Amino acid sequence: MESFSAILIEAIGLILSWDADVIEIILLSLRVTLTAVAVSCVIGLPLGAVVGAFRFPLRTGVLVAMNTLMGLPPVVVGLMVYLMLSASGPMGVLGLLYTPTAMIVAQTILVTPIVAALTRQVIEDLNGEYAEQFESLGVGRLDRVLALLWDARYSLLTVALAGFGRAVAEVGAVIIVGGNINHVTRVMTTTIALETSKGNLQLALALGLILLAIAVVVNGLLMAIRGTAARAAYV
Amino acid sequence: MSEPAIDIRAHSAVAPQPLMSARGVCFDAGGQRLIDGVDLDVLPGRCTVIMGANGSGKSLLLRLLHGLLTPSEGSIAWRGRPLDRAARREQAMVFQRPVMLRRSVAANLRFALSVRGVRGPERKTREAETLTLARLDGLKDRPARVLSGGEQQRLAMARAMISAPKLLLLDEPTASLDPASTLAIENLIAQARESGATIILVTHDAGQARRLGDDLIFLHGGRIAETGPVVRVLDAPRSKAAQAWLSGRLFVPNNP
Ligand SMILES: Nc1ncnc2c1ncn2[C@@H]1O[C@H](COP(=O)(O)OP(=O)(O)O)[C@@H](O)[C@H]1O
Ligand SMILES: [Mg+2]
Repeated sequence: MESFSAILIEAIGLILSWDADVIEIILLSLRVTLTAVAVSCVIGLPLGAVVGAFRFPLRTGVLVAMNTLMGLPPVVVGLMVYLMLSASGPMGVLGLLYTPTAMIVAQTILVTPIVAALTRQVIEDLNGEYAEQFESLGVGRLDRVLALLWDARYSLLTVALAGFGRAVAEVGAVIIVGGNINHVTRVMTTTIALETSKGNLQLALALGLILLAIAVVVNGLLMAIRGTAARAAYV
Repeated sequence: MSEPAIDIRAHSAVAPQPLMSARGVCFDAGGQRLIDGVDLDVLPGRCTVIMGANGSGKSLLLRLLHGLLTPSEGSIAWRGRPLDRAARREQAMVFQRPVMLRRSVAANLRFALSVRGVRGPERKTREAETLTLARLDGLKDRPARVLSGGEQQRLAMARAMISAPKLLLLDEPTASLDPASTLAIENLIAQARESGATIILVTHDAGQARRLGDDLIFLHGGRIAETGPVVRVLDAPRSKAAQAWLSGRLFVPNNP
């Protein structure tokens, strides 16, 4: 086995040479994860906002469900989606198993409860602050949810980024439903797992470094968002 | 200022219908009676001042009159009808600690209009008028929450006035403001009155009560200790509570 420094140099070389395979893997990862996060936000933001802003029967049940789903083990989600999409499963005719769509579905199921639960917390706190003023102004239900979502926009951006962070680093679910088919379903995390076991450490490390860079960028964005919000006293 | 409410009713052939009346209003929380048997009539166009020590129930009474709290006993009527959501839309309240949305000054004003269904050109006009009225033109694009205390209070007044409410409930709107900011708020209150609003004003400032008020309600321990024309109550208080409070002495009931 080569020395670590030699592997590291080769890995950096792979990145700097814009290796076509590496680029393809990165782009697919981003496409799958960004789509999943977008869908999760479309579902999770309004859901979390409604649960955060209103009292209704069975609300505690919804809360427990949301918080439980937030801790779902990814491999279990992968298995469930696999059973749904496999040829003999209820949605087998769609032929989605081992496609990027299957990976998007799995990641969406993983991220939506996170977005919903974190949104619920943010909106509930904000609603506590606004509720009486809203009552006084005569704000209707829809206006209330929209106003809360808008006024929590900076916090909700960080919620979306948290969802992105979780999804992009996820391996257990996507490997079950996506496999790691060259040029079809190879994403960063699954490739790292498989290439490492095959001994192709240069590619694995190159992708690992990219994932690390993404984590740095995400955290940088989080800091920048917090700074902007604080300057406008919007925290 | 003008003669007190009681004289209008005594001398005019038709007494004006009160804008709001409370009968035997009580409010309990945490096993305690916090508001106890309040009766009051608010006549249209007048400014009623509520005074009383901290904790005497002034803010609670305003919340009850605004329909944010429901009386445990007694009833409140708004223009002869029950006090409901629709009634509340004809009122506006400035809270002791106003909450500003995380938006610009202008957007805070727009919000108060759009939730009442005022949109389009009319909203634009009202927004511009109100910004000028409250001297907030130069600050309209600033995030509301970075404004100074005095500016935020002007914005809170402006937001309350922009919907042209029949009744303005003001909870210590000039507490902790400097004289210039206080004057600005008092001018806004005077403008609201000129445009026909009825005012209920909670204040600790006797000078302000004299400048703005017609009638005074003195609260003590959740009860009305004394009511009457502002000048009369302030110059010659009859109740022990008002006498003690005005002379700066602490008055603790039920204590020997
Ligand atoms: N929700 C509540 N539950 C219990 N006690 C309350 C509640 N709201 C107010 N109080 C009490 O009622 C009294 C009157 O409060 P408040 O109306 O805010 O007084 P103030 O005259 O200073 O505005 C205070 O002693 C306060 O602690
Ligand atoms: Mg108070």
